[in-house]
Formats: sequence, structure tokens, C-alpha cells
Amino acid sequence: MNLVTNNKWIGQRTIRPDGMDKVTGRAQFAADTTMPGMIWGKVLRSPHPHARIKSIDTSKAEKLPGVKAVVTAKDIVDFTIEKGAVMLGIQDMRWMCRNVMARDKALFPGHPVAAVAATSEAIAAEACQLIEVDYEVLPWSIEIDDAIKPDAAILHEFNKFEGKPSNIAGRLEHKKGDLAEGFKKADIVIERTFTTRPVHQGYIEPHACLISVAPDGKTTIWSSSQGQFMVRAMTSMLTGIPQSDIRAIPAEIGGGFGGKTIVYLEPLATMLAKKSGRPVKMVMTREEVMRATGPTSGSKSTVKIGATKDGKITAAHGTFYLQAGAFPGSPIRGAAGCSFTPYDIPNLLSEGYDVVSNRSKVAAYRAPGAPIGAYAVECVMDEVAEALKMDPLDFRLKNAAKEGTKAAHGPVFPRIGFIETLEAAKNSDHYKAPLGKLQGRGVASGFWFNAGGESSAQVNITEDGNVVVTTGHPDIGGSRAGIANICAELLGIDYKRVSVIIGDTQTIGFSNLTGGSRVLFASSIVVTQSTEKIITTLRERAAKIWEIDPEAVKWEQGAAHPVSPNAGQFEPLTLKELAEKAPAMGGPIGAGVQLNTTGADGGFGTHVCDVEVDVDLGIARVTRYTAVQDVGRAIHPGYVEGQLQGGVAQGIGWALNEEYIYTKEGKVDNPGFLDYRMPVCSDLPMLDCIMVEVPNPKHPQGVKGVGEVPLVPVMAAVANAIYNALGKRFYALPMSPPKVLEVLEAPTQQAAE
Amino acid sequence: MTELRYLAPATLDEAIGAFAKAGSAARILAGGTDLLVQMRSGVLKPGVIVDIKKIPEMTQIEQTADGGFRIGAAVSGMALHDHKTFGKVWPGVLEAINLIGSKQVQGRASAGGNLCNGSPAGDSVPAMVAAGAIVTVQGPNGRREIKVEDVPAGPGRTNLKPGEILVSFALPPRPPGSSDAYLRMIPRTEMDIAVVGVGVSLTIKDGTVTAARVGLGAVAPTVLLVEDAAKALIGSKLDDAALAKAAAACSAACRPIDDKRGTIAYRIKVAGVLLKRTAAIAAKRATGK
Amino acid sequence: MAKVHVTTTINGEPMEFLCEPSDTMLDALRGPLALTGSKEGCASGDCGACSITLDDQLVCSCLVLAVESQGHEIRTIEGMANGEKLHPLQQKFLEMAALQCGICTSGMLMASDALLKRSPDPSEEEVRFWLAGNLCRCTGYDKIVRAVMDTAAEMRAQ
Repeated sequence: MNLVTNNKWIGQRTIRPDGMDKVTGRAQFAADTTMPGMIWGKVLRSPHPHARIKSIDTSKAEKLPGVKAVVTAKDIVDFTIEKGAVMLGIQDMRWMCRNVMARDKALFPGHPVAAVAATSEAIAAEACQLIEVDYEVLPWSIEIDDAIKPDAAILHEFNKFEGKPSNIAGRLEHKKGDLAEGFKKADIVIERTFTTRPVHQGYIEPHACLISVAPDGKTTIWSSSQGQFMVRAMTSMLTGIPQSDIRAIPAEIGGGFGGKTIVYLEPLATMLAKKSGRPVKMVMTREEVMRATGPTSGSKSTVKIGATKDGKITAAHGTFYLQAGAFPGSPIRGAAGCSFTPYDIPNLLSEGYDVVSNRSKVAAYRAPGAPIGAYAVECVMDEVAEALKMDPLDFRLKNAAKEGTKAAHGPVFPRIGFIETLEAAKNSDHYKAPLGKLQGRGVASGFWFNAGGESSAQVNITEDGNVVVTTGHPDIGGSRAGIANICAELLGIDYKRVSVIIGDTQTIGFSNLTGGSRVLFASSIVVTQSTEKIITTLRERAAKIWEIDPEAVKWEQGAAHPVSPNAGQFEPLTLKELAEKAPAMGGPIGAGVQLNTTGADGGFGTHVCDVEVDVDLGIARVTRYTAVQDVGRAIHPGYVEGQLQGGVAQGIGWALNEEYIYTKEGKVDNPGFLDYRMPVCSDLPMLDCIMVEVPNPKHPQGVKGVGEVPLVPVMAAVANAIYNALGKRFYALPMSPPKVLEVLEAPTQQAAE
Repeated sequence: MTELRYLAPATLDEAIGAFAKAGSAARILAGGTDLLVQMRSGVLKPGVIVDIKKIPEMTQIEQTADGGFRIGAAVSGMALHDHKTFGKVWPGVLEAINLIGSKQVQGRASAGGNLCNGSPAGDSVPAMVAAGAIVTVQGPNGRREIKVEDVPAGPGRTNLKPGEILVSFALPPRPPGSSDAYLRMIPRTEMDIAVVGVGVSLTIKDGTVTAARVGLGAVAPTVLLVEDAAKALIGSKLDDAALAKAAAACSAACRPIDDKRGTIAYRIKVAGVLLKRTAAIAAKRATGK
Repeated sequence: MAKVHVTTTINGEPMEFLCEPSDTMLDALRGPLALTGSKEGCASGDCGACSITLDDQLVCSCLVLAVESQGHEIRTIEGMANGEKLHPLQQKFLEMAALQCGICTSGMLMASDALLKRSPDPSEEEVRFWLAGNLCRCTGYDKIVRAVMDTAAEMRAQ
């Protein structure tokens, strides 16, 4: 594959195709859609953290005037536990069917137990109150330590760990070398334990969908999701409607960050629409989002790193316990697989434990598991560097993974840009800037797998010589802009002549969901291949007109030209001219490609964070931040920076103030933006980005996924900065003011061994 | 479903009549920034809403002949901000009201609503208490005046009698060398409910404090007037010892709870820290230094 | 249950609609008025995605009862552009990538416009504190703040 250089559009900060609609209020998000005859759906949710559902009586609700349908678990397809796992991507449908609607047990406060559709939201809500549920309340646990106690109430009796029913639902490990030997060789060994609280992805747009089911079962779904094919598949599996009868249309999505890679409302609204014969709209309130959709895991991690006195890491051991919520599936893969990966460590054991407990099922959150693991590892790295009296970036440089290093999770790295990020951080103005009183600086690095996966594209030339590109992935970061840049570049035409749209499940081929930092990576491969096919066709058509061999025709700057004067003297044939001639010359000009793309190797970042602490109030503020990342190739620099800045902001919130707070009754005490404290505009400084470009050799434009890495190093960077300012380490997140003050006033902790 | 009636009377008498008639089913609507949130969350299900914004007295800001101010109960933070002189005379009261919520909220929220909502953490209240505001209320039995610190009765409750509506705040004329300030501790930089709020009003003559009032919020079931803190400041030159004594008085006055916003220990400590900082700002403003 | 009939002015045009007394202005805009540009992120005044102006005052439409709009002037995101001519803020947001998913964008633009009308030369700190009531989860606010300040500078130069 030839890397495109001398770019006109690649690397330009073009206007995103969906931008005009978004700045004028015209963009249609799922809650903005309507259909004639539309009615409203509402969900009845369990008030209990853990309860057996003995019976549900919906008769009174059904009789309320205005109620058109009621749905319970009976209406949702059961994936029985005994039959074993039924996987859709990383989701086991046995858990999905129980997550969207409780079957025999309610497993968290907010767990849906029934749903109602009625002619107004108010009537639907009133009807929910008329549903009588007989609960047998059971003991519950939320925190990891409580859930793994020997006498803890077991959520799933069938789940056994080491032969006994347990709330530990899974374990994985990555192993390399001989751990004991490795630690023997170390001069310095530091072991620390860290805890983090559950945090929510915090998308501003609540989940919403509008679904219509015709009498013959033909179903149309508009929803806010990160994958219309995932919506179609899950809805099909949970309702029994064949996939070919479901048209899942991706509305503009108001943030996802992983939280919208599964369905909550769609199967319920589909069954309500089917039973009522009316289109059903369901929109979550913010409270429902916070209570009943997946935050990421809370965690307890222990990390031990050993190094020689000249700074070589000899061994590392990490144990990561992650909270899964009501059903198995916490991101231990990310925690155990990514946290040590930036480093070349000869002897390693990285273990992840998946722990279920009575809170909402975890959902993916930007590099799932990796930020949790990196927080622990990068803080210990900081302590080891300090014990060795080494600059923390130098310590990382000394141990950095590079081409040929065997990663913790298995693969051998090709050419990667991690060292470049460390060097760029070290050479940055930020790193050299002086610090004042009660100010501190911290650094941290991070890695995320990134993904390729299935993608489909269709590129068509319009009759008037412009281009329509249809891709298959919801655009959450600005991928439409990147694709337009690439397509315009390849065809050599003005960017404005390329229109990029996102198809639905019936108008574009299968495309895996938007996540894994894969959208631009994967879609640009299939768009490139489709466009190259079109260029071949255009060259053939010009060759036919000129009566020369197609090999003698080149495509440049939006037109066909003879390769050399020897081929003949012909005026160039533009895209517009060839489009006009198309009907007479063989028909429409277009091409589609569907692939399971590969070649997405991981991403690396190194961050530098400055904080200032008000020691009398315990308030830490981030005063300066620089995120360095190997982005492969920044197709649209503005939106690549946007990914870095967005991830950093989320990480700062996770580090300082965001957390799920529970009442004594096991319910979420802060299910709103008032007390779930995400960063506001005045909390943050400008967020500087340094984009290092080490092109991905396996991608036509050198693209690497960028969206998830930015969240991975942040909490450790902030924690290390606070240590630098105060001389006190923090082993728990968030580092909120009461906690900071508590640590400041505590007796001095033991120094590193 | 209960049917909600919305009324927007043009006179105070009409408002009182409707409000008293509906009894506990009625709620007063000024800015609505608490009421609508409570209705949406289901905490409140009023049968009657009495919108007082059409009553002239409720939305006026008046500087009285003696140099004091009368602020209508429904005056929004933004309106108060845009008044030409109020912020110069009472910068602490103004900044307190304009720390409630966001700019959007300040476009509607009022000191009257903030006080009557009865939250111990309401930002305007410690500043009003420090200012020595007197509120006028009117009900079926006529008009009366209450010291602002006597209005809150507990979380979500006031000492207003049934049918009484808060009409206005009267702030006294300021002797020369006077100013005020309000500070709160919140974990972010905006948009949080105060974990602790302190209002300090001072009069300083030749470097010595001749008058002081301290209001302390979010550390007890109601906002507190901390007389011991004021006593520690009066007669002093705001030296370290006086400030420490006042700070200790504030910490001692706290009867806080552990909740999702702060712990008991944290609030007690912060009350003292904020007193010192707030007094310093008020002093700077009072002396022009 | 009888609905209330409300007459108001929206983006300069007289409009009327029916609503429940308990409906918020946001409910009315997104429902009977079919002006879905204002978004619901929280319905509690904490996110600013529903920001509009009422008599030129920036407010959260989720904190105003629909009936309160009777006789007043409401402006929403749909009224910000002048036909095909974008407001300078809208243009700048596009040029500077000051939006990603776009759900906060309507509110951000309304709030930024209200700021620049009051304060044509705001400092970075002023911009940040003014926009504190508009949550964004995608951008980290950096490009939004830059876009507002650049627009302010351009508008002053004209």
C-alpha cells in the first residue's frame, strides 16, 4: 500500500459533513424523531438491590385508559443459562436478555421488571405504578470486598469459582517468564494496592429509541446507539423477529464512549410496538441513565514492580479485581492485558478477576479496563522511578516496548510510536516549565489494543460527477470528516464534492460497532478500496474513449490523463465528464467493499499533568495538561485532537470528583449531574495535544485508532502530579477534597521498602 | 392524575388569597429553579402554582432614601447583577446570589426562592444573614417583618405561617467603611451545592472592626448567625489571633452531617478556613485596599 | 384534563400551542412546537443542553413552565442563523472543530451568544465561568472556549 503524501485534504481541518445540522439545531437525534400514531413507553424498575420476583400482576395497568401494551420478561426471548454462552461480540446473550428485563430475580435497583406503552408519557408512568410485583427481598452486596466474602449473598447460584457458588464470575491471566526469579533479580520492589469507584461514561444524551412494527413483523428502529447492526442483532435475538425484517437506523448519537454498545430500550420498545400496533418511543430520564445503565467497574488492584538499581524492570505482578455489576463481563481483559504493555518486562503475571454484585451491569467505557489497570501500574512506576532517583520519563524510556517486544497479551509489536511519545513529552515546553508553590507535575503512559473488524462501504458517483460515500458505523468522533478527506484526496477532487452518510442495516453491508477506536481505521480501508475500484473503472472508461490501453491511463487531480505523451495527446476527462457519459459506457460508476479489516495495532500515549493544590481545602486543580499520542496519521487533526482532549477531560473527572455514591439501602445516591460531578468548563485548563505520527504500515493512509488511548494514562498522571505537589501518595480515587484533606492530615505513611 | 392549576395574579392580595385558599397544595413560583426540579423528580406534586412575577413589588429593586435597599422576593440574580449600584454596596450578597447554579439558573433564581426553599446550603442565605437583612412577608393576617436568620426552620422548612408569602428583603444603609463577601467550598469550580458557605459583613474604621456579622451555611439544619465569630472580630484589627478565634467559633458552631457532599470533620475544618478568607475579602473591600 | 392555550413569540414569530400546566418550556418546544434543537440532557437545570433566551435572558428551558412564556419573547437555536447566513459563533464552531457529537452544541451556542452580547471582550476565565452551566463530555471544552474567544475578537474587529 502506498502512503499518500503531498496531501491536499488529508491532514486538513475541513468542516465536518454533519456540522451544519448540529450548529443549527437541525440534527436528528433519536429523541427528536417522531412517527404518526406514536405512543410512549415507560419502564417499571425494581426498587430493591436483590430480590426474587415471585409474581407480576399487570392487570390493573392494562385496564388504565390510554394503555396500549404491557411487556414483561415473558415477552423477551430467554437464553437459558444451562444451554451455555451465546456470544454476540463480547456480550453473552444470557446476560443481555436478563439485563433488559429481569426474569426470576431483580439484581439491582433500577433493574427493569416491566414496561408499558400508552398514549402519553404520564399515562404510561401512572400505569407502571399500577403493576403489582411480589418481591422476596434478599441480602445484597455492591463493593468487591463485600461480594467476595465467604458469606456474601450469591447473585447467580450456577456460577462456581474453585468448585463453590461464588460472585467471582471469571478470571484471566497473562504470563511471561518466571515471576519469582524475576523479583529475586530486583534491587527495588514496590507493591501497592489501589481502589477506584465506578464512574459513568457521562454522555449528555440519554438513551432513546423510536420503533415501529408492522403487522407482518417488519420493524423500523431509530435509536441512539454505537452500532445499528448490534441493535438489529440484539433486538432480533431478544424478540425473535428475523434480522432481515429489522431496519435499524442510526440516529445522530449524543455521546456514547462505549455505553451505547449494547441495547436497553430497543427490545422492550419493539415488543410494545408489536403488541400495540403503534410506533413506540422510549427516552430514558437522566436518573434512569445513572441508575440502570452501565457505568464502568469499581476496582481493587494490587501491583508489584521490581527493578534493578540501574533502572531495568525485572518483574511485574498485577492483580486486578473489577466489578461487573449484576451480570458477568467486567473488562478484565483490558485491565490485565493493557496495563503493563507499554513496557518490555521479561517476567510478568497479570491477573484479572470478574466480580458480580448488586448494581447495574457494567458497560464499556473508553478503553474498558485499561484506565483502571494503568492507574495502578503507572503510579507504582512513579514510585519505583523515585526510589531509583530516575526521571519518570527516563525510567519509562529505559523499559519502553518497541518493535520486536513481545506484549503482555501475546503479540510481538511491529513498528510502534511509544518511544516517540516519551521523547516528545520530555522535549515539550510543558515538561520544562517551572513550577510554583503547591504545584506539582506528574507523568503517565498508557496503551490500548485498538481494533479492526468488519466494515462495509459503498462509494457511488452521482450523475453530475460528485461522490456519495455510505459507511456503516455511527460517527461519534468525526469519522465522516476523515472519510471525506480521504475520498477527496484519492479522487483528487474538492472535499465539498464528497457527501458521507451512514447507512442503516438495510442499506449498507455489515459493519461492526463504533468502538475500539476502529471507525476511521476500518471504514477508511473499505472506502479506499472502493474508491480504488472506481478509479480503475474511470481509467478503463477513459481508455475506451481514447482507444488506448487502460494501463496507459492515470488518474490525477480529479481527471483521467494519458500516462505520457507517448500514449497519445488527449484532453483530460474529468470525473464530471465521465459521469455524464456513464450510461452509454457500461452503466453506473460505483463500488462497494466489505471486509473484516485487520492490521490495527495498539495505540500509545504519554501524558504530562500539572496541578495546584489548595491545601487548606484539599482541592486539587489541573492547571496544565499535555497529551502526547502516536496517532499514526492525523487525517483530520482537529478531530484527532478532539479525541485526546475529550479522553483527558473524562480522566480528570475520574481522578478528582466522579464516583457512584450509594445509600445504606444500596441505591445510587447521586443519579444526576448535580452530584455526579463531571468536569465543567471552568474546572479545566486548555488541553494541549502533541500528535506524533508514526504511520501504521498496515493501513493505506497510515491510520491508527486514536479514540480510547487518551483516557488510559490520565488518572495516574493526575495522582503523580498531586504527589509531586504534596509529597503524599493517593491509593484511592477519586481524590476529592475531603479525601485529600484526610490524607494531608494523616500521619506520614511508610516509605517504599 | 392530579390536575395542576397555574395562576399568575397581578396583585399581592390576589396571590395571598389564592395561596391561602389552596393550603398545602399550593406552591409559590418565582424563578422556578427549585420548584420545577422537585416537581420533575416527584418530590413535590402541587395542586396550585401561584406565579408571583407579575406583582410589581416582587420584582423591583429599590434604593431607599436612607441608602438602604429593598429587593423584591422574585428578583433574579441577573437582574440584581445588572442593577447599577447594588453590587457596589453589597458585593457579598450579589456574589452569593450569583453563585446559585449556572448563568442560566441565575437568569431566573431569586433570593426569595433560595430562602424559602429552606436548603441549609442555599448560597444567598449566609450572605443575607451577614447583611442583617429584614424580610417582609404578607399573609391573610397582614404584613410583618422577620429577621432573615429567623426564617429557616429546618431542611426544607421555613417559619412562614400558612398563607404567607415572602415579599421583599430590606438591607440596611451602609456606614462608610463597610463591605461584605461570600465564599463557599465546592469540589468543582461551579455548579455544586455548597459544602460550606460563609458570609461576612464588616464595618472598619481606622483599621479597627466596629461592626461585624457572620452567616454560616451548609453545616447545620439551618443557616447560622454566628455571634461568637462576630464578637471575636469586633474591636480587632483583623489580626491573626482575632481571625483564628472567629474561625474557631465557626467550627464550633457547626452541627453538620456526613452526606454525599462532605463529611462532618471536613465541614468543621473548612468552616474555619473559609471564615478567615471571607473576612479578608470583606475587609479588603471595606477599606478599599 | 383541559390543556392550556399559550400565545408567545418564538424567534421573532408569534406562535401558539397547547400544553399541560406542568409542562416545561422544553417539553413545549420539543413537543407541540416541533422545535427539537433544544435538547434534554437532565431535566434538572444541571447540563444546559436546553438553553434558550426568555426576553433576552439566558435560561434553561427545562426550568421554565411552558405557560410562563405567555406574552414573552423566546429565542432558540433555530433562530440563531439568519436563513442561510450563519451567526459568526456557528461558523467558528464549525471551523475550529468545537463540536463532536453535537448534543451540547445548541446550548453552548445560545449561552456563548448571550455572553458576547453582554461582554464583547471576555477573558478565557470569564468564558469558562459563563459556560460552566453547559456540560460537554466530548470535547474537554478547549476548542469551544477558543472558538468563543476568536469569535469575540472577530466581532469586535468589525
